[in-house]
Amino acid sequence: MSTSTLKSEPLSAEDRQLILATQSGLPLVPDPWAELGEQLDMPADEVLSRFQQMQQSGVIRRVAAVPDHYRLGYRFNGMTVWDVRDNDIAMLGERVGCLPFVSHCYQRPRHLPYWSYNLFAMVHGTSRDEVEHKAGLIREVLGGACSGHTILYSSAILKKTGLRLRKQADKQ
Amino acid sequence: MSAIAERKDADLPLPEFTPLERAIINRLQYGLPLTRTPYKDVANELGVSETTLLQHLKALLDNGTLTRFGPMFHAGEMGGGLTLAAMRIPQQDFVRVTEQVNSFPEVAHNYRREHELNMWFVLATETPEGIAETIERIESLTGYPVYNMPKEQEFHVHLHFEV
Repeated sequence: MSTSTLKSEPLSAEDRQLILATQSGLPLVPDPWAELGEQLDMPADEVLSRFQQMQQSGVIRRVAAVPDHYRLGYRFNGMTVWDVRDNDIAMLGERVGCLPFVSHCYQRPRHLPYWSYNLFAMVHGTSRDEVEHKAGLIREVLGGACSGHTILYSSAILKKTGLRLRKQADKQ
Repeated sequence: MSAIAERKDADLPLPEFTPLERAIINRLQYGLPLTRTPYKDVANELGVSETTLLQHLKALLDNGTLTRFGPMFHAGEMGGGLTLAAMRIPQQDFVRVTEQVNSFPEVAHNYRREHELNMWFVLATETPEGIAETIERIESLTGYPVYNMPKEQEFHVHLHFEV
């Protein structure tokens, strides 16, 4: 949500256990905290308050549903990428990020000669025309500071598991 | 051969959701309230019973409309590493390299994209140093270079799909 760069403590053993227990999903029962508490031998209130603290500190963004955007009809997932003058990117990136149809917006490094784009803005649409129209609006914001862009459409989801911790046992 | 590489935009039927399914999908992307009775509180907001909400949520997960329901971690805040990486893979090696790259638990998402750089994935590791190590392992396993594109600045994350 924010330009947060808080540097965090390593996770406590208890928080780590909670993450491992829920990374494939929160229990779908009326009292998920008690259910987790039972699994981990932790009082339900402690489970809940640890989740609250992790959300507060930003370790978890939120506890939420992650849709398959293709199945919601957002078939066209365009990663629009822009070659923006370095001196202008902070100000312009902020303006692009505020456009309501941009879901993620980041500055990333170039890899010349293969990759000259330093601003990434993810745009989703129900048609290619819709994504291209939205890219045109980004182009207007960037104006003369932009010397090139392209749109990379995703043609297949190859993997989507979300962020996962390795279980200790998986480590070499 | 591999179903994963064959999934194209046009393959899926247009979605049809009931008003309640729409409401659940839209509401739960914003996040469950961290209260003593979170599902009951959302059910009350939507004007349905807790049982109905839980049944629908299960069904949406089972039929693949939702890929997950749970905590969304912020790897950077866990003291770990997070990056976006890309590879340029010739067509004849694409399936093999997909399987190799996907076999790494550090690979959270992987998309095929229409560009010379045609494979794009998110890497999440428990330590910041883990990124470079994982990239090296992917390069040596696949035989292709990995272009690392960590975020240098984040302007906005607003991921919500209205239906």
